[in-house]
Amino acid sequence: MSTYDRSMALTGQPPKELSRNQKIATLIGLSGLAIILLAAFNVDFPNKALWLSISLAAITSGTIWFSWDMYSKKEPGIKNDGVWFKSISSKGFWGWIAGISLTSFYIILYFYPEYLGLVQKGDNTGVIGLFDPLSRALSGNPASQWFVYGTLYTVAILAFGIKFMWKYRHNRYERIRTMSVMFFQTAFAFIIPELMARLNGSSVLNGGSLPYYDLKNMWPLNYYNFEGYRIKGFLSSGDIGFALLIFGVLSIFVISPILTYKYGKRWYCSWVCGCGGLAETAGDSFRQLSDKTVKAWKIERWVVHSVVVFVTLMTTAVIYSYLGNDTSKYWLTKSTFLVGVGVLLTSVFALVMIFKRDQFQKDAKYGAAGYLVIILALIGFHFFSGEGQVFLFKSETLRKSYSFLIGSIFSGVIGTGFYPIFGNRVWCRFGCPMAAILGFQQRLFSKFRITTNGGQCISCGNCSTYCEMGIDVRAYAQKGENIVRSSCVGCGICSAVCPRGVLKLENGPLQGRIDSNQVLLGNDVDLMTLVNKK
Amino acid sequence: MENIVIIGNGIAGVSAARHIRKLSDKRIIIISGETDYFFSRTALMYVYMGHMKFDHIQPYENWFWEKNRIELVRGYVTKVNPEEKQLQIDGSRAITYDKLIVATGSKPNKFGWPGQDLHGVQGLYSKQDLDLLEVNAPNKEACKRAVIVGGGLIGIELAEMLRSRDIPVTFLVREDSFWNGVLPSGESKLINEHILDHHIDLRLGTNLKEIVADDDGRVKSVIIAETGEELVCDMVGLTAGVTPNIDFLKDSGIELGRGVKVNRFLETNVKDIYAIGDCAEQHEAIGNRRPIEAVWYTGRMMGETVAQTICGNKIEYKPGHWFNSAKFLDIEYQTYGWVFSERGMKEYEQHFHWRHAEEKVCITIAFNKENNQFLGINTFGIRMRHEVFDRWLTQEKDVDYVMEHLIDANFDPEFYKNYETEVVSKYNADFGKSIKMKKKSLKRIFAIG
Repeated sequence: MSTYDRSMALTGQPPKELSRNQKIATLIGLSGLAIILLAAFNVDFPNKALWLSISLAAITSGTIWFSWDMYSKKEPGIKNDGVWFKSISSKGFWGWIAGISLTSFYIILYFYPEYLGLVQKGDNTGVIGLFDPLSRALSGNPASQWFVYGTLYTVAILAFGIKFMWKYRHNRYERIRTMSVMFFQTAFAFIIPELMARLNGSSVLNGGSLPYYDLKNMWPLNYYNFEGYRIKGFLSSGDIGFALLIFGVLSIFVISPILTYKYGKRWYCSWVCGCGGLAETAGDSFRQLSDKTVKAWKIERWVVHSVVVFVTLMTTAVIYSYLGNDTSKYWLTKSTFLVGVGVLLTSVFALVMIFKRDQFQKDAKYGAAGYLVIILALIGFHFFSGEGQVFLFKSETLRKSYSFLIGSIFSGVIGTGFYPIFGNRVWCRFGCPMAAILGFQQRLFSKFRITTNGGQCISCGNCSTYCEMGIDVRAYAQKGENIVRSSCVGCGICSAVCPRGVLKLENGPLQGRIDSNQVLLGNDVDLMTLVNKK
Repeated sequence: MENIVIIGNGIAGVSAARHIRKLSDKRIIIISGETDYFFSRTALMYVYMGHMKFDHIQPYENWFWEKNRIELVRGYVTKVNPEEKQLQIDGSRAITYDKLIVATGSKPNKFGWPGQDLHGVQGLYSKQDLDLLEVNAPNKEACKRAVIVGGGLIGIELAEMLRSRDIPVTFLVREDSFWNGVLPSGESKLINEHILDHHIDLRLGTNLKEIVADDDGRVKSVIIAETGEELVCDMVGLTAGVTPNIDFLKDSGIELGRGVKVNRFLETNVKDIYAIGDCAEQHEAIGNRRPIEAVWYTGRMMGETVAQTICGNKIEYKPGHWFNSAKFLDIEYQTYGWVFSERGMKEYEQHFHWRHAEEKVCITIAFNKENNQFLGINTFGIRMRHEVFDRWLTQEKDVDYVMEHLIDANFDPEFYKNYETEVVSKYNADFGKSIKMKKKSLKRIFAIG
C-alpha cells in the first residue's frame, strides 16, 4: 500500500501536482472545447468563422502551453515521473471520465450525427454548423460530421504532436517520426482530399466525381476502397481516377510489401497512419495501460487475424457482387475473380507453410489452415450453388455488419474511446486488419528487428510497461534475444525508456535476425553453449 | 528426487532455479523473506518515481512459478545446519535440503555513525526499504529536506527519486569528485555538473559526523565532519555501498570472509552448499575483477553456472569480458573492458578522453601504452554495441583499429547525431595520428561473410 497520498492538498504533491501555468493552460484548452459544446447545445454563434477559430486556437494553445510548462524547464530525458500516480494516466477517476466522454462522443458521431447538427436538406446547425465556414473554404461544400471529426482529429495530432516532441526532445527518432505523422495527417488525410473534392465535376476528371480518398489509407484499413460506388467514381474520373484506382491496388500488393520488407511495418503504423498518429500523440499518455499478459497476447492473435479473414470475405463478396458474368463485356468476371482470390490465398498459405512453418506455434498453424479451408469452401460454394450469393450471406449484409462492427464500434468507439482504459493502441493491436497483414510480413519477410544489446538487460520492465502494443519486451531482452514480433509498430519508446541502452530498432541482415538462443554476452562462451543445448 | 533449496529470490537465485529446471526434474524450493515473487531490484527506484507499479518490475507473471514447479516459501532463514542438511525458517519451521544455494545478496553498509539507527534513517536496497521510503519521504511537505550520505550508484539513484517528488536533497560525497574511485576524472566531473543541473545540493569531499535525533527519536539534522555545519532534515539516506548479507551463517561452519567464501565452482567449504551472487566471495579474484561482485549481471551468470554444476555438468565460473552500465539521472553510462580511475590505474594503462563542447556526452578509452592494445571503453550519453566490443576485446584489437571502426560499435537509436568523427579527430590530434574512420558496415557489425 502506498502511503504517498497522505497530503490533504486537493491537487496532490509533485510529480502529479499542476503548476499555476498548467492550470491556466488547462482552462484555456477547456474553454475551446466549451465553445464546441455550447454549439452542440445549439447556441447560435453570430460569426461562426471567428468563433471556430477562437475555439481551435484555444484548444491548440492550451495544449501547447501546458506541455511547454511541463517539459521545457526540465533537463532533456525521460519524463515519466508520476505517470502511475496521476488518475488520468492510471485508470483512476479522471481516466474513467475521459474514457466515458470519448466513448459517448464516438457513439454520437457514428450513430446520431443529427445531434451534432447534421441537416440533410438545408443548413447545418449546432457543431457541424460551426464548422461550415472552414469546410466551405477548403472543399466548397458544407461540413459533415466527418469533417468536424477530421478537423478535431488533425488538431489533436498537431497539438499533442508538439507535446510529444517536447517530451522526447532528446530523441531524434521520436521527433522525426512525430513530424512525419503530423505531416501525413494534415496533408494527406485532411487537406488534400478536401481540395480534391473541388475537382469533382471539372473537365480534369472528365466531369466525373472522385470518391473521398485519403491516399495513405490502404485496403484493408479502408475496407470500403473497392466498393461499387467508389469504383464507379474512380472509373468515371478519367485518367486521374483510373490512376488512383491502380494506386489503391498497388498500395497493398506492391508498395507496402516492399517498404515493410525494408523497414518493418513501422513505416506505416507509426510514421504514416492516422490511427497510429493519434495513438502516438494524443494517446501517448495512455501507452502504459496496455495489457502485457500472455493471455492478452493469445486473445490478440485470434481476434486480429479473425478480422483479417472477415475483411477478406467481405471485400471478396462486395467485389463479386458488382462483377458480371459475361466474358465479352468484362475482363474480370465473377468466376475468374473468385478463382484468383482462391489461388492467391492458397499460394500465400502454401509458401509460408513450406518455407516458414518452423516459425509458427501449433495453434497458429491450425488456425491458418482452418480459416483457409473455410474461405475456399465458401468460394467453392459459388460454383456449386450457381447464381446469386457468395459466402451464404448477401454481400450487402456482410458489408454492413463489417462496417458497423469493425469500422465503427471497434476502430472508433472502443479503439479510441477506450484509450484511457485499455491503452492507446487497442484498435491497432486487436482490431486492425492492416496491422495484422503488415505484421505477418514483418514477422516473416522483413529486415526489421529490435536488437537486444548483449547481456546489458537488468529486467527493470520499463520497456514492457511502456510498450503500447502490449509486447513483453523484457521477456526477450533479458535472455539476450532480439525482439521480432508481428505486432511491433516500431514506435521506439522501449528503446527510449531503457535505462541501460539495451534496445535498438534497426534494419539489418536476415541472417541471425531471429535468434531464439540465449546470447548473454559477457558470459562464458562454453556455458552459453550448454545453456542453449536442448 | 533431489531436493534443491535456494535461499534468496533475487536474480542470482532465480537464474539458478530457472536453469536447474531447464536441465532437470529436481525439486526446487526458493526461500525469501523479502517478497513473494522475484522482482528486479535495480528497478525499485522507478516504483517510487511513478514510472511503474511494483507489479511491473516482476519479470514473470505469477503463474510462472507453479507452472515450472518452482516452490516459493516466504520467510527468513535464521539458521543453517550442514550436519543434518537442515534449515530453520523464522526460528521455527525446518526444511531439509540435498543441495543448498546461498543467494542472499547484500545489505547497506553502516559505518557506526552516531544516530544511524534513528527513525527516518535508511538505506535503499530491499522492497522493505522502498516501503520505508514512502513513510519517511512521501512528499515535500512531510520531508522538507533529505540528506544522502555516500556518492555511489545507489546514492545518485536515491537523489533522483527524491527529486522526482521535488524534495530538496543534500548529497554528501566523501570523495572530492563523484564516484571517482571508479570513474576517470573527466567523466566524474561531467556527472558532478549534471547533478548540480538537477538542483541537487552536492557537497564533495564531505563526511558525515553524526545524525541528531529530536525528542521522539526521529532524525532532526545531520552534522558535517569537516565544518561542523548542522543541516536540518527529515530523512537521511545511507548509501555508502553494500556488504554481503550473511549474518545468519555465522555459526554454520561455512567459511566466511566478507562474503561466503567460494572456489571457482562456486562451492563453499561444506559439501553440497554453494554461494552465488552478491554474497559470494571468491578466494582469489578473477582477472581484474573484485572478489565480491555486487552486480546484476554477475549474479545472473553465477546462477547459470551453478545450475550446470548441480545438474552434473561441473563447470567453472568464468565470466567473460567485464561490462556494466548505469544511468546517472538523464545520462546513460556503459562500460566494456577495463577503464580504471586515476586511483586504480594500471602502470601500463593510458587514457584517451573526449568530451562534447556543449552536450553532456563523453568517451574514455583505455589502452596499453606499451603495445597499443585496446583495454576498455566508458561512454556517457552514447550507447555502444556489446557484441562488437566483446569481439574486439577477445581479438585483442589495438586502439587504432578501434578508432578506425568506432562507428560500427554505435548503438544509439536511428537518426541520432554521431560524434565518432569528432572523437577520432581528437584522438588524431592528441596522439599525432592520422586515422581515417571507415564507413559503418553491417557485414562487420553482424560478422557475416
